[in-house]
Amino acid sequence: MTGWSQALGAHPAAAGDAPTLSGNRGLQLEEPLIFEQDSPGHSGVDLPPPPAHKSRLDGLERHEVIGLPGLSEPQVVRHFTRLSQKNYAIDSGLYPLGSCTMKHNPRLNEKMARLPGFADIHPLQPISTIQGALELIDTLTHWLKTLTGMPAVALSPAAGAHGELCGMMTIRAALTAQGDARQRILVPESAHGTNPATAAACGYAIDAIPNNARGRVDLAALKAKLGSDVAALMLTNPNTCGLFEDEVLEIAAAVHAAGAFFYCDGANFNAIVGRVRPADLGIDALHLNLHKTFSTPHGGGGPGSGPVALALALAPHAPLPWIVHGDNDLALVEHAEGAAEDTIGRLKGFHGQMGMFVRALSYMMSHGADGLRQVAEDAVLNANYLRVRLSDALSQSYPGTCMHEVLFDDRFLKDTGITTLDFAKALIDEGFHPMTMYFPLVVHGALLIEPTETESKASLDQFADTINGLAARAKSGDVASFHAAPRFTPRRRLDETGAARKPLLRWRPEEPQKEAAE
Amino acid sequence: MRYLPLTPADRAEMLASIGVTSIDDLFADVPPAARRAGLVDLPLAQGEIEVERALSRMAAKNTAAGAVPFFIGGGAYRHHVPAAVDHLIQRGEFLTSYTPYQPELAQGTLQALFEFQTQVALLTGMEVANASLYDGATACAEAVAMAHRITRRGKTMLSGGLHPHYREVCETYAQFSGVEVVALDPAPGAVENIDIDSDTACVVVQNPDFFGELRDLSALAARCHQQGTLLVVAVTEIVSLGAVKPPGAMGADIVAAEGQGIGNALNFGGPYVGLFAAREQHVRQMPGRLAGQTVDADGKRGWVLTLSTREQHIRREKATSNICTNSGLCALAFTIHLALLGEAGFARLARLNHAAACNLADRLAAVPGVRLVNDSFFNEFALRLPIPAADVVAALAAKGVLGGVAASRFYPERDDLADLLLVTATETTADEDIDIYAKTLAEVLR
Repeated sequence: MTGWSQALGAHPAAAGDAPTLSGNRGLQLEEPLIFEQDSPGHSGVDLPPPPAHKSRLDGLERHEVIGLPGLSEPQVVRHFTRLSQKNYAIDSGLYPLGSCTMKHNPRLNEKMARLPGFADIHPLQPISTIQGALELIDTLTHWLKTLTGMPAVALSPAAGAHGELCGMMTIRAALTAQGDARQRILVPESAHGTNPATAAACGYAIDAIPNNARGRVDLAALKAKLGSDVAALMLTNPNTCGLFEDEVLEIAAAVHAAGAFFYCDGANFNAIVGRVRPADLGIDALHLNLHKTFSTPHGGGGPGSGPVALALALAPHAPLPWIVHGDNDLALVEHAEGAAEDTIGRLKGFHGQMGMFVRALSYMMSHGADGLRQVAEDAVLNANYLRVRLSDALSQSYPGTCMHEVLFDDRFLKDTGITTLDFAKALIDEGFHPMTMYFPLVVHGALLIEPTETESKASLDQFADTINGLAARAKSGDVASFHAAPRFTPRRRLDETGAARKPLLRWRPEEPQKEAAE
Repeated sequence: MRYLPLTPADRAEMLASIGVTSIDDLFADVPPAARRAGLVDLPLAQGEIEVERALSRMAAKNTAAGAVPFFIGGGAYRHHVPAAVDHLIQRGEFLTSYTPYQPELAQGTLQALFEFQTQVALLTGMEVANASLYDGATACAEAVAMAHRITRRGKTMLSGGLHPHYREVCETYAQFSGVEVVALDPAPGAVENIDIDSDTACVVVQNPDFFGELRDLSALAARCHQQGTLLVVAVTEIVSLGAVKPPGAMGADIVAAEGQGIGNALNFGGPYVGLFAAREQHVRQMPGRLAGQTVDADGKRGWVLTLSTREQHIRREKATSNICTNSGLCALAFTIHLALLGEAGFARLARLNHAAACNLADRLAAVPGVRLVNDSFFNEFALRLPIPAADVVAALAAKGVLGGVAASRFYPERDDLADLLLVTATETTADEDIDIYAKTLAEVLR
């Protein structure tokens, strides 16, 4: 034993339990709300005094104090820097959230999106002054059409769920145009919650399809549910069990034979980009998450972008605006007229998530046809490597190879007194973001692991060693350490039940203390 | 490939540990007919130098707003964003984190969202706000859907002063959800009479309206509430709330706003940030994420996502909305910019905008043939011109001035709006630019 660790042993308080005077713990810095740092009248922005003018606000002036705190720039920079240090991020480590595709976000993409020619242009500028923007969107469309094999792409949806809405609306519009008022949407039990929520928002009834024992859609059950009132099947492929729907061609044929459309949730496109074209699977509509496969950053919950690739039967119903090629330039169709007269209409303000388009195209051009194919291969290789490294310690839900993510369930924790949640929280103490937990719903206590292609072998090995060690610890009966986890984060387990029971959704100033009675 | 850490030796070793001979074995579940042997027909990988060159050439074909006298608004506004905002949102811990599902690893994002929700509630004068939606237009459509859930009524009335994109998005959503949407015709300068009956779920009005006019909505709110109808107020220029009475003080039940004007660049229309605020009694019908305060196992204050039983990942087809990913980083930019401004800075910013617009309106209205339509405005107003506004916009652009947006871009079928031009000034508008605009407009109309 070295003198240093002897000294540690002699002072048990130094092991980490004793409170500090400031509440800070080394690099973990406590930070109050901005509202608790108010220096009234102060501002972190120096603006000139407004020139004298007569108000044209017509008596609608705001007179009451708003309640915004005043802070200087150094205070604001320190505040948000400290907050940032309480976050885990893909920049800091492996972020294996299944079906979320947390891959490296190249910084070139950020630089390109901030070029004034992209960031500082207004969506309502004259078309002659934004030809480069339309060229970028048109080029991105070409890449997405080529990668999906589909003839049209609608770019305006703002995120994956918005893309689903777009796809399902075009399906409903196409059926309505045929005078076909179908009412049901088939959705596998393993689907992401946005699928049934989207179908419901389009006015459809939802019918769940069970999985088979191999973690895929039960084809017989699907066929039994198909009928003349089914508008579409919404399928994720590769699915949320991390498996390719190997009967997808039979599924597509059955869906089409019933006169229904085949919608595919492309959240897991990273597994097949450059190797499989969705058009070759019989898909009629598919949304892509630019913030997954094409690496536009998640930003702590968006912004995303969810372009939708459409088959010819659906393309006339694509939302506004459309880009069309003129003789010497590109034009925007912003109204339901001409070729666009059958559009479903507008899905968001203006033209879509331009900032995300620039980042995604920068990513695609950097990778190229060869690099994108390598992305899919390395993503699948990394997931299978983890599968093999973890398969002795954890319980894989469906044996065999997986695609870009691998699904385990909580059988390996049986009789340990430890849940999937406890296991995930222990992983936090080891410096890793947990995997997706309790999803998909088709297995008990799911742990869905997606490493992505941007992890090195050494990173995967360290993660696997840690998980295997935790699994051994769980089986050894060390329940207490799991229930206590996480211990090394800025906050330990948070009371979510209490938060929902009595929602406190904003800061309010403390009530002024009443003067003590004489 | 610079973004891929695996080496050929790694790949060979990993395939061997998996027990397969080639990568193709891992794609064996793909039907043979759908497997592609070769590369897709797209260019090959490129270095940063080549990509930057190609994209910079595309960007250079656009006229950046900052390079010319610039007066366009219409739902997206060019404001100065302090340098610290863009620096802070590019910190990897914010930029490259996911939706905060693991609160112990996301206290930074969650606390910032709690601050954002508080700021939005304060600005709009409402009790609660969510953690953002995609943009103002989709927030408006979500507000309509929420009003129908709350009132269980069949009809929504949209003011003719509502931004046409907001109206169109509401109409698109309504086609499929089955609610009836009645949109009034735009009538710049006139006061509208909105029918409200016992089947009206909500009335949606915008303030300042699409043509820049300001209105006291208190009487309308009272009429709505007499019928049990909700008043939804849309705000497309959030900076206006530094000078203008907020919707909450005029009786709004739901506010759907575009937050782009604070913290976010024009970005050719996106990504922006939808703001959504409501009365506390309706919180369980709200769409989107909510950050809430709680305590941890040691009793320390912390934050979590809460009331998630409203959301799609729990409730599936019974969720209040299908939204998942929203506008987190744009909301963060909003929060940081507003934190920098503070009470005093925000009020001054709004007054600077109003002063610049007053100056611009006086200068342009003095050009022969030009008439100011508005009785009141904040930083945007409408002009009647002696010739079609679209022609004027094109002629101004040819002379290097981005002079506004013609109403006909939104209403090509309305001959009575063909001469209408919407013009905006902000704190970024220089006096010299106003001089140039007035002079150039006079030339174009001569």
